[in-house]
Amino acid sequence: MTATATPPMVEAIGVHKYYGSNLVVKGIDLSVTQGEVMCLLGPSGSGKSTFLRCINHLEKINAGTIRVAGELVGYRQHNDRLHELRDAEIATRRSEIGMVFQQFNLFPHMTVLQNLIEAPVLVRREKAAEARARARTLLERVGLADKADAYPRSLSGGQQQRVAIARALNMRPKLMLFDEPTSALDPELVGEVLDVMRDLAADGMTMIVVTHEIAFAREVADTVTFMDDGVVVESGTPAEVLGNPRHPRTQSFLAKVL
Amino acid sequence: MKRSDPGVLGTHTAADVPEPPKVVPVRRYGQWVTTVVLLVITVLVIRSLLTNPRFQWDIVFSYFLNGQVLDGLVTTIVLTVVAMAVGVVMGVLMALGRESRNPVVSGAAALYIGFFRGTPLLVQLIFWFNLAALYPVLSVGIPFGPTLASGSANTLITPMVAAILGLGLNEGAYMSEIVRAGLQSVDPGQTQAAHALGMRKGQVFRRIVLPQAMRVIIPPTGNETIAMLKTTSLVSVIAIPELLFQVQAIYSRTYQVIPLLITVSLWYLLLTAVLSTGQFYLERHFRRGDLRPAEKPFLARLLARRDPLAQPAERKQV
Ligand SMILES: Nc1ncnc2c1ncn2[C@@H]1O[C@H](COP(=O)(O)OP(=O)(O)OP(=O)(O)O)[C@@H](O)[C@H]1O
Ligand SMILES: [Mg+2]
Repeated sequence: MTATATPPMVEAIGVHKYYGSNLVVKGIDLSVTQGEVMCLLGPSGSGKSTFLRCINHLEKINAGTIRVAGELVGYRQHNDRLHELRDAEIATRRSEIGMVFQQFNLFPHMTVLQNLIEAPVLVRREKAAEARARARTLLERVGLADKADAYPRSLSGGQQQRVAIARALNMRPKLMLFDEPTSALDPELVGEVLDVMRDLAADGMTMIVVTHEIAFAREVADTVTFMDDGVVVESGTPAEVLGNPRHPRTQSFLAKVL
Repeated sequence: MKRSDPGVLGTHTAADVPEPPKVVPVRRYGQWVTTVVLLVITVLVIRSLLTNPRFQWDIVFSYFLNGQVLDGLVTTIVLTVVAMAVGVVMGVLMALGRESRNPVVSGAAALYIGFFRGTPLLVQLIFWFNLAALYPVLSVGIPFGPTLASGSANTLITPMVAAILGLGLNEGAYMSEIVRAGLQSVDPGQTQAAHALGMRKGQVFRRIVLPQAMRVIIPPTGNETIAMLKTTSLVSVIAIPELLFQVQAIYSRTYQVIPLLITVSLWYLLLTAVLSTGQFYLERHFRRGDLRPAEKPFLARLLARRDPLAQPAERKQV
């Protein structure tokens, strides 16, 4: 390692991903610095979710590299080759990357508090009391302190998604990935989740957010990246990409969603 | 809708708001008739049970705690528990095997299930019992290499071992389908979320997938256990002294066939009731977090006070 500046939080170079013989991510290069909020936009089927899932190695990539905080997530480099890591090693690296899903995916057989402390205790071997104390602080922060002992199914969608964010944060991740976190919510519940995310961004969390909430992207994002058909079409500040898109595909997409 | 008299709706004052109308539930005459018919049949059956001397209730109960019967009972319970344990372990292994990406593993599991479900249990039992005819000597060793230990099949495969192998391996085939259905009922999003939190495969299976699959696995497994309790009576053909075998031994001496068959039936009924109760509590445990009300046991339903104002239980979309 040379003593240069800290590496970018996420650095993707030439990422390709096939499903069977179907190439869905066709060479993506991008870089996210520490504390940056990147919003990823693009039409349905353009490969946004797939790319996001490659970042924490939920999907294996077929070519290229993705580094998170300078480390390859699923592989170890040895000379010219990438060797896939063992399940346990991948899990350890993955535990430092939080992920929030469109469908919340809370564990329905556990209370809210159990949802928050399960991974810290199981994966990090933290003391339950410690994890619990931090969990209560986080629930307070997302405005759900009184729901600690509730089961997820008794909560509204917006509340469930806020719990899901708190669950990811309780692992103290250095990076948060959001895959359309508000797309499954009733319109009146979208705001409460975006508020939490806005708060998180203001706090300096590095975030990659796949979203269709253009207003949120304009307000919170440092970078907006537009993807189509498995490639990055255009990337820049919200003012550039949303205010003055150069590429016709970006223009026609924005014309449809705005 | 066209409102012909717009005045009517707006002119009520608080005073002449009418009393809300009473709700009269639909009268279910069909249910009343069914209830009466069933009650009459019940009375007739009970009367015949009590008054027909040929049931010989005194003999039924005199054998209820007979030493030989109790010995058989213990054997039946042990067989049920051990065979179900073998069945559950094999079932989980075969279910995971079926899901394996390795075609040799999934093929082997499919073959196992196909064989044990495809041949009669009675045949399998007799087959295990007579294994010595096929393989007189059983040995442990390195394939195609030296033998490390060996023994006569007749001494290794005792009737009890044959019974456990027969019942347990056969049960494993059925259990594997139950376990597989349970595992498949869990939303794949659960596995992904758990992996994204950094859990390993084993942790995800134990802490996230299996507890949720249990809700689907337990009811049919309770069924299988209750069926197994009675299927153990099949092993009387290979001379295992379980409940039915013992009772047959008694009535072949005393010729009190009917009363003794009633004695065993009562024991099977009693054990089934105990198992059903256990199943209820297990199901309730694994339903935590589910907002839909649990199915109440029969007695609780029968004794529950009919509340005319009771609302249908609130259901949430899951
Ligand atoms: N598990 C999978 N197996 C096979 N094909 C898949 C799988 N997941 C996604 N795909 C395909 O990959 C392509 C990209 O899908 P992806 O979900 O990444 O798109 P997206 O940009 O997230 O779209 P959306 O806005 O609808 O979520 C699609 O054509 C999809 O059909
Ligand atoms: Mg998607």
